[in-house]
Amino acid sequence: MNGPLRVAVVFPDLLGTYGDGGNGLILARRAEWRGFDVELLQAASDARVPDADIYCLGGGEDGPQVRAATTLIGDGTLATRVASGAVVLAVCAGFQVVGRRFPGASGEVHEGLGLLDVETVKGEGPRAVGEVVTEPVGLEDLPALIGFENHGGVTTLADGAVALGRVTAGIGNGDGNGTEGAVQGRVVGTYLHGPVLARNPALADLLLSWALEDAALTPLDDAAAESLRGERLGASRHRRRLRRQRQRQR
Amino acid sequence: MRTRIASATTRAVNATSRRLGRGQGTVAGGRAGLRVDPKLLEHLSAGRQVALVSGTNGKTTTTRLLTVALGAGGDEVVSNETGSNMPPGHVAALAGTHARRAVLEVDEVYLPRVLSATNASAVVLLNLSRDQLDRTNEVRMVAGRWRAALAAAPRTHVVANADDPLVVWGAGAAADVHWVGAGMRWQHDAVGCPSCEGRIEFGEGPWKCRDCGFARPTTEVELVADGDRCPAALWADGRRHEVRLALPGRFNQANALLAAVAAEACGIDAVKALDAMAQVKDVAGRFTVRAFGETQARLMLAKNPAGWEELLDLVAGGSAPLVVSINARVADGADPSWLWDVPFERLAGRTVVATGDRYRDLSVRLRYAAVAHTTEADPARAVIAAAAGGRADALVDVIGNYTAFHDLLGAPA
Repeated sequence: MNGPLRVAVVFPDLLGTYGDGGNGLILARRAEWRGFDVELLQAASDARVPDADIYCLGGGEDGPQVRAATTLIGDGTLATRVASGAVVLAVCAGFQVVGRRFPGASGEVHEGLGLLDVETVKGEGPRAVGEVVTEPVGLEDLPALIGFENHGGVTTLADGAVALGRVTAGIGNGDGNGTEGAVQGRVVGTYLHGPVLARNPALADLLLSWALEDAALTPLDDAAAESLRGERLGASRHRRRLRRQRQRQR
Repeated sequence: MRTRIASATTRAVNATSRRLGRGQGTVAGGRAGLRVDPKLLEHLSAGRQVALVSGTNGKTTTTRLLTVALGAGGDEVVSNETGSNMPPGHVAALAGTHARRAVLEVDEVYLPRVLSATNASAVVLLNLSRDQLDRTNEVRMVAGRWRAALAAAPRTHVVANADDPLVVWGAGAAADVHWVGAGMRWQHDAVGCPSCEGRIEFGEGPWKCRDCGFARPTTEVELVADGDRCPAALWADGRRHEVRLALPGRFNQANALLAAVAAEACGIDAVKALDAMAQVKDVAGRFTVRAFGETQARLMLAKNPAGWEELLDLVAGGSAPLVVSINARVADGADPSWLWDVPFERLAGRTVVATGDRYRDLSVRLRYAAVAHTTEADPARAVIAAAAGGRADALVDVIGNYTAFHDLLGAPA
């Protein structure tokens, strides 16, 4: 790779709800701590999308989400960069935007970028809100992925994409098959907030290793993140135990 | 008759719940009263002058300031001081008194309902930003509901912050709006135009949408900074008055100015109102100094990124040891991801102790912000540990989100 590793947070002004901008910061810091040159770009929606090695998209409200999709399709950079091997981490509304189609505020259908072979429709039931734990499916050797979901969409996978994880707690894609997120090449979509890379440093390092052409990544001190993962996994086991007890009592 | 029974029920349940030591006893009584008379809030509001205060941040403080302001002429003023800001809390506050004036803090989502029930004389709209997204609505949706509700209340004086585009959208269809240039530090939730989905630009001059005519309205009064001097209220008609408060922070001066304009709409001179508000020293424990063992600590509340942004202005320059306590209980919102929207980087170089139920989330955030810190699960012990890291006589600054703050306020000395 020539020049610094470029990490772009895409449209923080539109897709910046609830901390997802942290994913870009985490990727940049983890590369810096290992001695790589890094440029962290905040790519606002009123300028051309910059060339980057890793793109992070976050959650957003309905209106801004539609605007983000239209702008990204018109701009074209993201699709071109993905075709030449760039890495994408797309969360929640961002996940829906990089899929083929997604719903607007009143359920109308909008075109996405089609970087993931998935389609999202408005769910019938209440929003999926709460802690999620998944066992990885689409990416090998990762530990359980954990996060917090908050979405009203139901996402189904088509042939080109595989699930990121299988849900053991929470809702995930809500497709009836227990899937969460999607992976296709170097594009990863998920409903997990937290931000997802704060709670899952192994996923952050996997994305970095793709972008750094499989350079060996030295281990970092992740004691704080491991302690957080232990707490969250424990809390989720505790809730499952309570639910089972209540079911037995009925 | 039904109202009288409902009102008596509210008072009786509240008195019982207080005697049993269950909280401050406002919600239970209010709920019971509303079951007896679903129109109880309408009935209890009749014949009173009611002012409402809503927005994401500053509700409790502004409600308190406006209550003091409306009392400046000697009138008795009732208010839901315990912070129960939904109809049961409003009913509980009003049931026990004949006070002719009332100031009610109102949850953003409940504002349309409470506005129509109380037929309010004045409504203060502070700001709208992301807060507890796991259980509340998108801010744009809230602004839209405010807009419809205020358009349907032509006799209400609306006092609104002209520096928040979402508030301007919410107030924009009302018949009588007093626009106040109160300022707004956090702008990340207002970039998408609420009118056309275009882009709002915050530049040197007043904000405006690049794609439609939506823009900052002409204000009646502005809060203007004046070098090192106390910020002043500058009216379009030339009046000028320093906004001097016992409460710290620019955001509280903004709250006071909005309250002063609302007081004027309710018949109290704005300058007289500001003078009365200057005496308020702490509001429901915010900025209280209290002891933990030998250690003196100043308690502050910040529950979302916008609140943090304002509070960091106040504490970032200081050198006092700092304790940050974060919970994610129901009243806080179950998802602490918002910690990543707070520019904690500004605390680099400070002695920070992370505590609260979710100190681990905070610790990961601080690590990536390059803020050196220690962790301590117990908040009171965290305060004492922070003091040990600084000068022996130093006052420790403590910032907690909602339940974390209240835990510290009520913790045994």
